[in-house]
Amino acid sequence: MHNSFARVSSEDFLILRSPQRGRLEGRGNPPAPYLSPSRFETRLSGAPQHEGGALRRMILGAAAALVTLIISHPALAQEGAMKIDAADTAFMIAATALVLMMTLPGLALFYSGMVRKKNVLATMAQSLIATALVSLLWIGVAYSLAFSGDGAVIGDASRALLAGIGLDTVSPFAKTIPEILFMIYQMTFAVITCALVAGSVAERMKFSAFMLFCALWLFIVYVPSTHWVWGGGFLQKMGLLDFAGGTVVHINAGVAGLVCALVLGNRVGFGRENLSPFDLSLAVVGTGLLWVGWFGFNGGSALAANSRAVFAIVATHLAACAGALVWSGLEWLQRGKPSVLGVISGAVAGLGTITPASGYIMPWHGVVIGLIAGGVCYWFCTVAKHKFRYDDTLDVFGVHGVGGIMGTLFAGVFATRAITASGNDPGVAGLLEGDPHQLLVQAIGVLVTIVWCVIGTLATLKIVSRITTLRVNSDDEREGLDIALHGEALHQ
Amino acid sequence: MKIITAIIKPFKLDEVREAMTEIGAHGMTATEVKGYGRQKGHAEIYRGAEYIVSFLPKIKIEVALPDALVDRALEAIRLAAYTGHIGDGKIFVSPLERAMRIRTGETDSDAL
Repeated sequence: MHNSFARVSSEDFLILRSPQRGRLEGRGNPPAPYLSPSRFETRLSGAPQHEGGALRRMILGAAAALVTLIISHPALAQEGAMKIDAADTAFMIAATALVLMMTLPGLALFYSGMVRKKNVLATMAQSLIATALVSLLWIGVAYSLAFSGDGAVIGDASRALLAGIGLDTVSPFAKTIPEILFMIYQMTFAVITCALVAGSVAERMKFSAFMLFCALWLFIVYVPSTHWVWGGGFLQKMGLLDFAGGTVVHINAGVAGLVCALVLGNRVGFGRENLSPFDLSLAVVGTGLLWVGWFGFNGGSALAANSRAVFAIVATHLAACAGALVWSGLEWLQRGKPSVLGVISGAVAGLGTITPASGYIMPWHGVVIGLIAGGVCYWFCTVAKHKFRYDDTLDVFGVHGVGGIMGTLFAGVFATRAITASGNDPGVAGLLEGDPHQLLVQAIGVLVTIVWCVIGTLATLKIVSRITTLRVNSDDEREGLDIALHGEALHQ
Repeated sequence: MKIITAIIKPFKLDEVREAMTEIGAHGMTATEVKGYGRQKGHAEIYRGAEYIVSFLPKIKIEVALPDALVDRALEAIRLAAYTGHIGDGKIFVSPLERAMRIRTGETDSDAL
């Protein structure tokens, strides 16, 4: 009796008002366990308590339970859920800015610092144009196709050109913030996913071809994938856990990057000439912006200013730190020196890998995931890639693809019932809590995402190559894309 | 007249400049160059991609001198640029036929 009262707290209805992404509300039936019932249990089962104190606690507990029951009544909850919350809105505005900052200038700096001097501006141009182009297409019709309607495979055009979105409109996926905010937050994810792909074909893809690729790939791969996982599609209905984009962002970007790298072929001089980075200090600055921005990426994916957002942020940061230590540590052991590129690569590997699991796990799981991410991505980028001799220039697949696959599976391993539960949803237990079912769901999600991404990316490249050649000619490649494609160059 | 061309370690430039000023050589041209000698290069590794960098950054200085100063200049540069480690550089001396100061039109020794 005491326990059931004590577990019902005001935080329950906070969580109730903020369904996390990747899962549907009301999937479960029994009342949710409180986030950390142990706090109350230890207090109640501790030393003999004063009679009056216990009575008062019981009355307070009963009152709290009553309030919660009233609030969680479907009709009332619905009404409460429709109310736009100022704190959630403020937090999500900030999170949106953080995620856009990850692309501009985060990714632009991270990528351009790792290419040769003659391709620095062209590499920045890819992040810039992806932002401009994808944003407009997102508002045009991509958002609507991803997040409206109830199709299993694709949404509808009811929100095309933001039709029907007013000051008071909320999305069913984020009921406490204005829909216009949900729309632009999701836009920043579409932007960075397209911009990420460019890294695999840096230093050789034609600018016009990349623009066409972005515009088509957004609709062929990104939009359906987003709808399946977050917009009410079949993977979400199946119960796939993807908190902030292991499948939607990282597997898609990584696998598309690999396909693009294989289709376009290696850079001139790959494996023979010195293709070393122009200025890794730019990449370090970029990594810092990505790292900080990731707090908005994973934290913001709670879609509310709540504990889940903070749990996600803590796990995210821990994973980045663990990944950085492992990657550079392995280099230190193997090569005798820990490289700066190793530190930042490990951090990004940790960040990418934790993403799908970040809002479902305990903080220490973040450390474990980061350690594994650093080790596996290190092995993939420094050993496996060179064995296969393909030229994924900036390791989009080795870091994001491999990290996204691992992370999505890890969500099924580490998912913790106490963290995943919300409202009247009992939450999901992962393999670590003894339930292998979720891991199977995650594996299906990974497989579906990879298969569709390979098919969709090949189709996109096929269409683009009908319109223009995919890569620059070898003379232009030798001269550098800055001059050849943009008529500009870095001096000094 | 002679022209002295010396390849030195970049961080030794200021010491060499001071030494040359002390012996009375006025003027020097310094250029950032890359090269290799007995020091050979080093390996750089980026995510497992290993590149042998055989050309190391050095400074090349050029000083035009009257014949009388050449021996002292050689010694001064050697002492200033010396570390005792491989890669300290080399000094070359070659004949210089003519010289002219652009501003005044002075020629040869007067122009140095």
